[in-house]
Amino acid sequence: MDYSFSSLGDQAIVIDVAIEINEEVQKRIRKISLLLEQQAPEWMVEYIPAFTTVSVFYNPLQADYQTVESDLRELLMQAPKEIEAAPRTIEIPVCYGGKFGPDLEFVAKHNGLTAQEVVQIHSSGTYSVYMIGFAPGFPFVGGMSERIAAPRRDSPRLSIPERSVGIAGIQTGVYPIATPGGWQLIGRTPLRLFRPEKDVPSLLRAGDQIIFREITESDYQAWQEDEHAEDH
Amino acid sequence: MLKIIKSGMQTTVQDLGRYGFQKYGVIASGVMDPFAHRIANLLAGNEENAATLEITLVGPVIQFSEDTCIALCGGNLSPKINDQEVGMWRTIAVQKGDTLTFGSPRNGCRSYLAVSGGLAVPEVMSTRSTYLRAGIGGFQGRALKAGDEIGLNPFPVDRTAALIREMDWLVPPLHYSDSPVIRMMEGRQFHLFNEFSKQHIFTEPFSVSSHSDRMGYRLEGSPLLLEKSSEMISEAVAFGSIQVPSDGNPIVLLADRQTTGGYPKIGQIASVDLPLISQLKPGDQLSFRKISLEESQALYIGQEQQIQQIKAGIQLKREEWK
Repeated sequence: MDYSFSSLGDQAIVIDVAIEINEEVQKRIRKISLLLEQQAPEWMVEYIPAFTTVSVFYNPLQADYQTVESDLRELLMQAPKEIEAAPRTIEIPVCYGGKFGPDLEFVAKHNGLTAQEVVQIHSSGTYSVYMIGFAPGFPFVGGMSERIAAPRRDSPRLSIPERSVGIAGIQTGVYPIATPGGWQLIGRTPLRLFRPEKDVPSLLRAGDQIIFREITESDYQAWQEDEHAEDH
Repeated sequence: MLKIIKSGMQTTVQDLGRYGFQKYGVIASGVMDPFAHRIANLLAGNEENAATLEITLVGPVIQFSEDTCIALCGGNLSPKINDQEVGMWRTIAVQKGDTLTFGSPRNGCRSYLAVSGGLAVPEVMSTRSTYLRAGIGGFQGRALKAGDEIGLNPFPVDRTAALIREMDWLVPPLHYSDSPVIRMMEGRQFHLFNEFSKQHIFTEPFSVSSHSDRMGYRLEGSPLLLEKSSEMISEAVAFGSIQVPSDGNPIVLLADRQTTGGYPKIGQIASVDLPLISQLKPGDQLSFRKISLEESQALYIGQEQQIQQIKAGIQLKREEWK
């Protein structure tokens, strides 16, 4: 496999895996991530996997760019010691529409569908998590039907409530924390995607499969109380 | 203990940041000016990563409820103890009941207050730094407010220090200019910009806009444009990445940057110059000078050696004071 390398400033190197996003590229990114986890070079500070790249941050007092690049070339020729089991499938319950999904009607109208059809399409797909980024635990996922695609809002909302489920173009995602954003909001999940108290603070990780399941508002309330109880 | 009498504009607990969690989308946070933070800690007898207060532009009023030593490094916000001016970049003894206040900024905009022992706040995800947007870390996940009381880790009180207010020995301060020349490497998407923009970035000044905070500084100048517009695939960004959205106004990503970004990066600031840009205020000017990766890494190693020398010097002085 041929990778190209370039610098991201004086403390990071970027491994370019491909120029387009697909499942095969995603698998190679996972493989590189596993190698970096299992055989972390001693100069490594951390790494950030993305759609088509893995960026590795290093301590320039321990290795210069050339050393880092040649160490990585060597590492990438190896196979990970343990390969990951089949991808995990994580179910995300969503209460669609109403106060939780103020833009559901817009998405429906934009696509000539009813709100219920949008919900049905959104909750019947299987989605792949390509990367986590932008916000803590925020998944960039592929696999949404183009039939429910919708443009971003003209002007972003100043604050989107945490756990909102949104659509932007052909992407769908969940906002783990309250943040400004321009996605069309179609619902909300009671599930916490960002868990700062856990060793692995993100519920989702790259490579996971996710499915959305429709729940009622009373399911939502009950679920939230359970999550709250679990925290204490 | 430190009692916060007035909060100041934005006073947060910070250390050198959160590493190892960016792969989960969790930002690094940490101090904007790592050099000043590290020196302040060394002067207070701490480890370089101990938690300090990052004080922004309008300083807080802080009362000390025990005898201790402090150091203030970074931007000079005219600090005073009990209405007496005190110096920057040196060890200062404070006594129970003393009050620290600040005046108008003389240079820079962020001062770091280190207190012997370090601020006692719990670690969240291996850091004591504050992540404001997620409301975690630091002191209760937020900027300080009047009435807050921050504990200190135990530290042997320096008896000599209690006799003299200020040590006459100081660390040579960084020169914070309000119109610095910042050294920058070409970014990963530099080649995608048009000829005009590729030259312009190194020849024309930019000013810091009012939309600037710990996450990033928006710069204003002649717009920087791509040769032809293209959609970029999101990838990791770093402290000091200069990304350019389609309006052509560059954004320098700083301590509270997001982990990944989808705008083309025209440049990347040399690590040694990050303190200089982090101390700029809205309205200040800056210009960029091109530097190679090799030069930037050599400067970084040079600065680390300098910090080691400062550290050795401080240790010698602290021995003398005993």
